[in-house]
Order: sequence, then C-alpha cells, then structure tokens
Amino acid sequence: MIPATFDYVRPGTVDEAVTALADAGEDAKILAGGQSLMPLLRLRLAYPDSLIDLDRVDPLREIRDEGDTLMIGAMATHHQVVRDPLVREFAPLIARATETVADPAVRHRGTFGGSLAHADPAGDLPAVALALDAVFLVRSVRGEREIPAADFFVDWMTSAMEPDELLLSVRIPKLGAGWGAHYEKFHRTAQAWAIVGVACAVRRENGTVGEARIALTNMGSTPVRASEVERAVAGGAVSEAAFRSAAEHAADGAEPPADLHGSSEYRRHLATVLTARALAAAAS
Amino acid sequence: MTATAEGPAAAKEVGAPRKRSEDARLVTGRTRWTDNITPAGTLHVAFLRSPHAHARITRVDTSPAREHPGVVTVLSGSDIADEQGALPCAWVVTEDMKHPDHPPMAVAEVRYVGEPVACVVARDRYAAIDALEEIDVDYEPLPAVTDMEDALAEGADLVHTGLGTNKSYTWVFENGDLDAALRDAPVVLERRYVQQRLIPSAMEPRAVLCVPEGEEFTLYSSTQIPHILRLMLATVTGIPEHRLRVVAPDVGGGFGSKLQVYGEEVIALLLARRLGRPVKWTESRSEGNMTVHHGRDQIQRLTLAAERDGRIRGLKVDLLADMGAYLMLVTPGIPLLGAFMFNGIYKMDAYSFTCSGVFTTKTPTDAYRGAGRPEATYAIERLMDELAAELDLDPIEVRRRNWIGHEEFPYETVAGLTYDSGDYESATEKALGLFDYDALRAEQAARRERRDPVQLGIGVSTFTEMCGIAPSRVLGSLSYGAGGWEHAAVRVLPSGKVEVVTGTSPHGQGHETAWAQITADRLGVPFEDVKVLHGDTAVSPKGMDTYGSRSLAVGGIALSSACDKVVDKARRVAAHLLEAAETDLDFDGGRFSVRGVPEEGRTIQEIASAAFTAHDLPDGLEPSLDSDATFDPENFSFPHGTHLCAAEVDTETGMVRIHRYVAVDDVGKVVNPLIVEGQVHGGLAQGIAQALYEEAVYDAEGNLTTTTMADYLVPSAADLPHFITGRTETPATSNPLGVKGVGEAGTIASTPAVVNAIVDALRPYGVHDVAMPCTPERVWRALRSGSGTGGSGAPPGGTAPGAGGGLGSEGGTR
Repeated sequence: MIPATFDYVRPGTVDEAVTALADAGEDAKILAGGQSLMPLLRLRLAYPDSLIDLDRVDPLREIRDEGDTLMIGAMATHHQVVRDPLVREFAPLIARATETVADPAVRHRGTFGGSLAHADPAGDLPAVALALDAVFLVRSVRGEREIPAADFFVDWMTSAMEPDELLLSVRIPKLGAGWGAHYEKFHRTAQAWAIVGVACAVRRENGTVGEARIALTNMGSTPVRASEVERAVAGGAVSEAAFRSAAEHAADGAEPPADLHGSSEYRRHLATVLTARALAAAAS
Repeated sequence: MTATAEGPAAAKEVGAPRKRSEDARLVTGRTRWTDNITPAGTLHVAFLRSPHAHARITRVDTSPAREHPGVVTVLSGSDIADEQGALPCAWVVTEDMKHPDHPPMAVAEVRYVGEPVACVVARDRYAAIDALEEIDVDYEPLPAVTDMEDALAEGADLVHTGLGTNKSYTWVFENGDLDAALRDAPVVLERRYVQQRLIPSAMEPRAVLCVPEGEEFTLYSSTQIPHILRLMLATVTGIPEHRLRVVAPDVGGGFGSKLQVYGEEVIALLLARRLGRPVKWTESRSEGNMTVHHGRDQIQRLTLAAERDGRIRGLKVDLLADMGAYLMLVTPGIPLLGAFMFNGIYKMDAYSFTCSGVFTTKTPTDAYRGAGRPEATYAIERLMDELAAELDLDPIEVRRRNWIGHEEFPYETVAGLTYDSGDYESATEKALGLFDYDALRAEQAARRERRDPVQLGIGVSTFTEMCGIAPSRVLGSLSYGAGGWEHAAVRVLPSGKVEVVTGTSPHGQGHETAWAQITADRLGVPFEDVKVLHGDTAVSPKGMDTYGSRSLAVGGIALSSACDKVVDKARRVAAHLLEAAETDLDFDGGRFSVRGVPEEGRTIQEIASAAFTAHDLPDGLEPSLDSDATFDPENFSFPHGTHLCAAEVDTETGMVRIHRYVAVDDVGKVVNPLIVEGQVHGGLAQGIAQALYEEAVYDAEGNLTTTTMADYLVPSAADLPHFITGRTETPATSNPLGVKGVGEAGTIASTPAVVNAIVDALRPYGVHDVAMPCTPERVWRALRSGSGTGGSGAPPGGTAPGAGGGLGSEGGTR
C-alpha cells in the first residue's frame, strides 16, 4: 500500500521543529528516520495530518561526553551509535543491542531517539534505556523537562511525552570499571523482532555481583524491569547456578503477549532461560 | 561431418563459470521492470478486496468513490460480469472434477480474504487507493471453511454451495499388490505429515500494464508465461490472439507464482479496452501475500511396509490437497506431480497413491518451486529416517539397501516412470566425505553422553525429482491442457552477429548468459556476439515459457538443434564457396575448412555475409542461414543428489541452528557452474525456509494473519549457513546435451534433510516429529511432551495475528 495524504514540514532547527509541532496539533507525527513510522503509514495503520521531518536538524545527531553521563542526540542513527567510541566505552549495552536492530539499511536510517519515542516494547532499545536508568530530555514551546526511563514508557507504543513535546536527547549514566553488559536477543530471523530480549548490565565486586540491572524486551506492553532477579543476584556469587536460580523470577509480574512467534507461556519460559544467559555473559 | 552431440571439439563456453551478463542491469534496477514502464496518459488501478473469507455481496455502492478527485471510473464485479469471463483452469485431472466458476472480480459471493470486489481507475495511484475507502460494500457473512478434514465431513459448510461438496476430485494411481505388501509385513510405519501453506515471495511484486492501440493491445506483465498468458487472455476476453501481444519484460522472480493467469491481468485488459488508455496496476507486498497463489498445503497420510532388514515392500500415500477457493491455471494437477515421486530413488513392489483436492475459503494454491515433488520427497525421506530409527540402522544404510543401483539404469519405477540415468552411490559417497559424517556422528554421541543442552542431529535426504517438463504425450495422458515442447530460433545477422530467440521466459535464471554460451560453442562465434531475445510474443512467437526446471532440458535442446541447422545451411554455402564436397569439410571453432587443406576455409561470419549478399550461392538455396527448431522431450529429466544437514538444537529454548549443510547434486552436464551454484543456493534457502521459517497462517475466521514480512518470515543470507556444495555428473541420456534441470532441486531436497536433522537430535527425548515450520516454540513443546507434535498444522500459542509492534509487538496489526 501507499500512505494517505499528509502535510510535510522539514524544520532546520530545534526551535523551528518545536514550533511546527505546536502548530500542527495532535495529529502530527515526528519523522525521525522513518523505519517504524513509514511501514505504519504505508499500511494505513496511522493517518497523521502532518509529518515533521527532523532529518535536517543536525544538532540532534550529536553524541557528547557530559562527565558522569553520556548524551546521545535523538537523531543519532543506529549506525552512528554502534560505531561511536564513547558509546562503546561507556554504554556498551547500547552498542550491543543496537547492533542487533534489523539490518544495515535500517540502521543507517533509523535513529536512537526515534526508536525510543516509538515506545514499541518489541523494539530493542526501550529495555536497554530502562535497564540503564536513562533520562529523556524533551522540549515543547512550553519549555523543557526530563523524564526518567522508568516513567517514560507508559503503554504499548505510548510514551510519557505530550503531543507537543519533542525528544531532544537521552542521558545515559556511564558504566565505569567493573561493569559488564550483554543484550541477549532471541529471534527467529536476523531481521525479525525479538520474541524476548534481555538487556543486562552487571557490576562485579570482589568476585560477587555488586549490582545488576536487567530489563526485558517484548514481555509486556512496555519494557519490563526484572527487579526480582536484580535483587536476587545482588551480593551473590558469580555462578551459573546462582544466575539460573535467580532468573526463575525473570517473568514475575510480566504479562507477555502472544503472537505467531510465541505464546505467553513460551515467552515466560524464554525470559528465565535468556536472563540467566544474559547475566552469565554480562558477568564474564 | 556435423557437429556432434558433444559439440564441436573447441567447446570452451559450455562448462565455463561465466558471470551472468544480465545481472548488472537486473541488480541495479536500471532496466524494464513492468512498473518502470509508464506510457504517457497511463491510468492507475487499485482493487478493493474482500475482508471476509466467505460472504454474499448484497450491495456495492461505487458512486461516492466516483466523485473522488482524480478518479476516472469505478467498477464492481457486477458492472463487468458480462465481459469478464472466467479465469481458466488448464488441468482437468479427472472427468468428474468439480470446477467452479472463477470470475476475475467477485460478483455475488467472495470466498477468500483478498478476493477482488471492485476497482478504481484514477490518474495516479494515490487517488486510486484513497478512493477505495469510499466504496461501500454490504456483505452477508457466510461460514468460513478453513480445515480440509472438517471440509470433507458430513454436513460441512460448503465453499461453493452449487457443487454440493467441498471435494473437487479424487485421483488414484496404483501399481502392484499393496494389500499383499502390507499383510504380515514385519515393519509397518504409519505417519501423518503436514505440508504447511507457503507464500511464494518473488522479489518483484506482480505488475501489469495494458496499452491499447486501436483494436489491438500490448499487455506487459511480470509473468513467467507470456505465451500461455496470451492464449489464455484471448480465450477469456474474446480478443483475437493475433490482436494481443504479451510482453514479459525483465521479471524479478516467480518461483511458480507467476505461472498463472491472474484476475488483475484480465481486468487490466478489459479496462484498457473500455477506456482506450494505458492502465497499470502494481501490487503491494501485503496485497500480494493475500492474493498471489499460495503453495504446498497438504495433509499426508502414509503407510510404509518393510522387511526387518530394511527393504521396503510397499508404500501407501493418501493425500488431502488444499485447492483454496478456486481452481486456477494448474491448481488441481500440482499435488499429482508428486504422485510419481513418493517412491523416490527406492525399489519397491507395490505403491498406491490417492489424492483428493479440497476447497477451502483461502487463497487458491498452485505451483510453487518444486510443485508436488517437495511434498513427495519430504514424505519418503522422512519415512526413510523413521524406518532407520525403527530398525536401529544408520539412515544411510537403510537407503543403500533400497536404492536403485547405478548399474540398473534405465530403471522403470513402481510409479511408472523410467529413470534414464543416475548414480546414487557416487553422490552419497561424495556427500559423506564433504560432510565428515563419521566425525559428526561421534560429536553427536559425545553431546548425548554429556547431556549437552545443545544437541546435534544429522539429517539425510537422498532425493531425485522429475523435471524438464515435459513430454507432450505424457502431459496429454494426464489431461493437461497443453504440450511440453519448446522452441528456439537463431538469426545470423549480415555482420556475423547472432540473435537467439527463445520460447523460454527467464525471470532470474540467467538464460541470456547460458543460451549465449551454448550458441557460441555450437556456431563457433564469440560469446559477446550473441544476443538472446525472449519474453515478448511479437519477438518470440512460439514458446511454452519457464517453469518446472524445463528451460535448459527442453528449451536448451531446441536451441542446440536450431544452431545445428544453421551450421548445416552454412556448410552448403561453404562447400560451394570452397568448391569442395560438403562431406570433405570440417567445422571447428566457427570455421569450415577443406579436410587436409586447413588454410582453405571460410568463417561462419564470412558465410553470413555471403548469405546476405546472395551474390554467389548454390542453386536453389535460400539466402538465409536462419533456422528454428522445436523440441519435444521423450522423457523427463531426473536430477538427483544427496543432501546432509547437521543441526544444533538448543533444548532449553528450542532454537535450531544449521551447523553444517552439504549438498551434492547431480544435474548432468553443466552449462554454467556459477549459475548452477546460484540455483542450488537459492533452492536450499527456500527449502530450509519451509523447514524452519515460513508458514501462511489463517485464523478460524479465515483471515490471513501473515500479510507482512514481519509475520511471514523469509530468511535472508544472515540466517543461512555457509553451504558446502559438490556435484557428480551423470549425463541424462534422454537429451543430446546430457543436461537435467536444476531450478527446483535444492528446494526439493533440503526440507526433509533439515527436519530429519532436528528429529535426529531429539530422538533420545522421545521426539519422532516436529511440525513445520520447526519454530523454536514447536521444538520446545515437542521436547516437553516427549512425543512430537504429530504434525499438527496449527501454530503453537494460537493463531493471533500480528507478531509485532508497529508490526513488532502484539497490538501491531490489530
């Protein structure tokens, strides 16, 4: 299919973009690479009145070191993120997860912020942002505000942003020495969405687990933090047996979807197996 | 001396791994795809399609859509009921076959989701699609018929009420005394396998453009069959055949899905006639998934009787084949192409085959790469592994005890075919060596011993197939509506360059390269001097087109014969110019010379020039070297081979990963090994896809839930292993080039090799089957139940649509 008619705006600055968004009203959509939005338009599952294309807003592509945090501009492409030395050093979980997104063509067009703002729980990056306690910087004509990841993902493809708010960047607390990270993605083909994914970072401390952060992809209407598992492994041994035991709780409280690629029951099972594997990989 | 069957001594093109000369334009898209062709004034068509699997159409109101800006006309099925005719089925397999009427656009009733109900013609594609939303259709829903076994039960809801049954036909073949074979047989295996429904996924979607010129029409279509399409469109519409030209420009893949006469093609022709303007339609991928004919979809009930030493006594095959809602061009015959293949490469005394074609409210099925033969090969090769397990024999050994020995050819099989040649021993030995079979068996044992969570399984497939379709007499005996010959013409231009006209219709196979290689050798001209013309009924007036791995084994022979006729004509001119007897001339490397006087000679280019000027030709000789030939094969060709697959199965998640894949194929003489390699790789990808990834899923209401590529998983190179390929070369004796078809072999062989490997890995867990596609969840469930899934066609976890959100997660497509 092909999209229905829409207006198209291509601002050159953040201010122009925010103004355009305010002017466009509730039925505007931000085009930030288009790798998720365009299929929805083509299938006529979305009918926005206007598209505001951020392609020319170059400052939003910046990735910057801000001391304790890393600032990733919303329009940084997946390709850019994967190759960025700062990301690889201080946020290796993001680099690893982003490498698994779709295929090279998509990674060259698709953006970090676009993927997060889309808030698809089957996408790889929402769980990563949640696990890393990322903070989302958004702006509207009314001003700027910060939204922690724990509050950002509200429901299926719904974020905490208001219709007039634009995602500018995401702040990622740096993981320093002692941290290991792994993204365990389980999917049937390379280009398929994760049936389940596990974003995991582990800090080792004197041969034990100092701290673990775990979030799950496609286990509910939002990315899901596996808090029970985090608590269970903290302070414990770095051992496969301990990880397996703790991971038994990975799906606690989750309400995973059922679709052609996996039932809810199967997803619950996968979450336990994959969480143990992700912990082992991150801790190694 | 004429050129011999082996070709002139200086043969240097045939056998050379030439890169395909057509690929630069195909890969870059700088070529004539149908959708790239837009004459001035072209109008665009969009189809409104049924959202119901089965419903009565009670009202269609097109008037609001007619008012939409840019719209030229809007037509419903009833608006053109009198002129649209019915889509043809050319294969009436039994005298009492039930054959329902199939209007190109539905008039009174819709019988599958996606069936066209109305169309909009507009100045641009956007306006046409926008206006679809303004057509108002009232439906009275009728019961969906989605399960073949239920469809045959007493009192079942009917797809076509007027037929009184959902059964189209029952076709039977029997040879030998099967009852005797089954009676007191020491080993009897009964199995039920399901061939899931598949969606052919050609890279280029369907597209059609019809250009009227007065009372004549040129129809461009992304089709495999321009010649058949022309005849069929003439029959359906009443437009005389000679007023209709069909062009298949470059076509981006078909796999059987473009071996069809589609309603959209008929409608485009009718619209061009009504409006007097060019009209074009190009499908979208999600539209195509619903409406391109589907493939496979069989339930197989199998009974194999054997001795305790593993020798097969007999085989009983009972099939249900899903026709879908209507019979299309060769729908009913597709499962019957398997009738002759269930015995595979094995000797047995008794065989019985029964197939019933069943109507359901789903997209019609028809040819898909392999067409009947993958289903048969899957069944027998799965059974051979089951037999080996039953008898605790190595699966290779069970096959050895049953296969036809290389010294037994030609061999008449229990299914009534005569296999002309083959050497299963050599192909198997070669495959075992490349695979390192013993080492992998040792690895398997070690993993079992240490209860490794990732188990290893080894799957075997020693297959053959029948292709090179087909001897016309055989097709006649099967009540097929056409012959199986092929035509070629060779035109020698005044400059000595050569134009080859072929009736085959390449859509990715590389005929332009391979045909030029054959011609270059037969005529002794440079490869670069040959141009291959195809796919246009005005240029190539005769042909049977491309499907069934027939192009080389039938069309290549016609070409070779036409080249030989050119050489014969040239010889007469050469003899005259050289003042020598024809019998005293040698022809080598494109040059005639007088035997014993090699400096006295004429090149074929010099002779072409002489024929052109015609100043000095022998009396009574036409001034032309041009020749044509039509070849009708006496037999099919029977490629064979041995495929071995080692698969790792993660017992904790059910994930399958192919660890090693060896394909040794015997396709006879090879014209271009690179092209053969490409065909094998592509075929393997599609066969593996059936084993692991692809399935068209309908829900209980008859909705197709796999309309996007997020839901219908087609693997890419990233998902496939490095293939280890090898060849043995046992020439076909049924044609002078010794060639066999290669287009379908990889697809036919690979599916059972993969599933056999998965089951082999899981036998210690009590698993004897996993339904295809062997998704991780199905494998996991088979492991948990310890008995396999018994071949259920239903996907695990229900049939809820929409894997995914914005295509990716649950709510995505709801």
